[in-house]
Amino acid sequence: MSDLYPITAGFIPLLDSALLVVAKEKGFAEEEGIDLTLMRETSWANIRDRLAVGHFQVAHMLAPMPIACNLGLTPLASRTIAPLALGLGGNAVTVSNGLWAEMEKHGAEPDLDPARSGKALKEVVVGAAKAGKTMLRFAVVHPHSGHNYELRYWLAACGIDPDRDIEIVILPPPLMADALGAGTIDGYCVGEPWNTASVMLGSGRIATVKAAIWRGSPEKVLGAQAQWAETHPEALTALLRALYRAAVWCSDVVNRDELAALLGSPAYIDRPPEWMLPALSGKIDIGGGQVIAVDEFFVPLAKAATFPWKSHALWFYSQMVRWGQIGHSKENEKIARETYRPDIYRAALEPLGVALPGANAKVEGALEQATPVGSAGASLTLGPDGFFDGSLFDPDQIDAYIAAQTGQGRA
Amino acid sequence: MTAQSLAILVIDENRIRASIIEEGLRENGHDNVTVVHDIAGIARTIAEINPDVIVIDLENPNRDTLENMFQLSRAVKRPIAMFVDRSDRASIEASVEAGVSAYVVDGLKRERVKPILDMAIVRFNAFSHLARELEAARSELEDRKMIERAKGILMTSKGLSEEDAYALLRKTAMNQNRKIVEIAQSLVTAAGLLGEEP
Repeated sequence: MSDLYPITAGFIPLLDSALLVVAKEKGFAEEEGIDLTLMRETSWANIRDRLAVGHFQVAHMLAPMPIACNLGLTPLASRTIAPLALGLGGNAVTVSNGLWAEMEKHGAEPDLDPARSGKALKEVVVGAAKAGKTMLRFAVVHPHSGHNYELRYWLAACGIDPDRDIEIVILPPPLMADALGAGTIDGYCVGEPWNTASVMLGSGRIATVKAAIWRGSPEKVLGAQAQWAETHPEALTALLRALYRAAVWCSDVVNRDELAALLGSPAYIDRPPEWMLPALSGKIDIGGGQVIAVDEFFVPLAKAATFPWKSHALWFYSQMVRWGQIGHSKENEKIARETYRPDIYRAALEPLGVALPGANAKVEGALEQATPVGSAGASLTLGPDGFFDGSLFDPDQIDAYIAAQTGQGRA
Repeated sequence: MTAQSLAILVIDENRIRASIIEEGLRENGHDNVTVVHDIAGIARTIAEINPDVIVIDLENPNRDTLENMFQLSRAVKRPIAMFVDRSDRASIEASVEAGVSAYVVDGLKRERVKPILDMAIVRFNAFSHLARELEAARSELEDRKMIERAKGILMTSKGLSEEDAYALLRKTAMNQNRKIVEIAQSLVTAAGLLGEEP
């Protein structure tokens, strides 16, 4: 054991910590020469702080978080890179039973369709404002999270101003279901199993999913402390290989029940394994006795799910600008682009014969169907990707995208 | 301004630790100290007492909520930022290590905040030490109880003497390179599942 390279990784109890958990528990880390220690944390702030002071070399991070760190948007930030994504999808939007009943009156159907449910929500919001009722309150886990940007994107595209028409608060994932049940909030966007939690407890209904709002989008990444990564390239490479092999294991349906049990165990999420199964199987129990099959609800491996696309980094950056978290400049855009490191990913995984995308960025929304793409070596299929409202994000046209959104989104 | 004039808010779900911190602050001449254990309604508390310094434990799952509130809530009159003393990396590490963090209002001088954070670090460490000792004593007692139960099961099911039951547990533990209490735990769990426990 003594010749193994020690790496300590922080994580938050969420389903998409799966790759880290499996890399450790199924021996992939050890086989790659890594002695991987996983430390469960209670807040993203702790993850950030402990990465900054060197307690952690790497961590399970919200995909926009390393970008926010490098842009100086958070206290005690250290330079952080994202050399690998920890899968695609995995989030949903859950609303209280009361709000769902209101939405149903305005045409919402139990089909997870973001356009239909968003339209109904808009009607409810307008009606409540006319009647002088208090604003609806939604929760997300962090201001620099895919949840915050997806929720806002969905609301704005449905004509709801997320800053004026509703209130958005920050809550830790494991408290969401309780807060919804207690009536403190009316809805939330969070990763699994914390949507399923409300359905199982009978306090909420799943209204729509990330996999429908922005198809094929990343949720968490592996964040690595940049200075450590620069001085320990071999250890990082070994870890990326272990995580990739963990992704292969997670994607095999034969392992599903074992994965659910592993994630549910007390050291990790500490909840019933049945709570993990909807996300892992894509059969989402949305409440009210209805189960909807969602293509690619959570994707650990396929569609280059672990590839750190620069177009993903830039979309998150565009939303930071859109919602006033930072001003747009070429310098900031460069910082965001360079936070995601497909070069490190390629160098680590090419020797394994892994199917790699030909480019480091893509036009988000360009692929309407699953499409085989030219890649180095093995075959690779990408897409469908893109946004539910049909708009495209071309990272080469980011100025125009930001201009259009900040003009329209904040009007 | 004197030390006394600083308004300090301590947020800690652990009541014992919170009172240890409060006592430390008062001993150092700070008498404008408010302690809360629950962040429900925290925005109003902050608006009312208008704190200069906020001390919070890192175990608190609501840190993200608080940081966001400090950044943009209308309830907070002055901008509040995490106390990061860039000139003193060791003190940042010590604070994260101890499990405590301080937030200060914009413009407050480091000389005034540093002693507060240093005191909190010392007290947090003292508390952890105490808690670890208690935990060790408690788990030792529980381990002994678990081994007693496992012995009882073996004595009943295999007709062993107490001494032989213990010897069997110890031998199994050595063979499997595990602790005796782990073997005892497995045995008790298995017996419970099979309905064999007396």
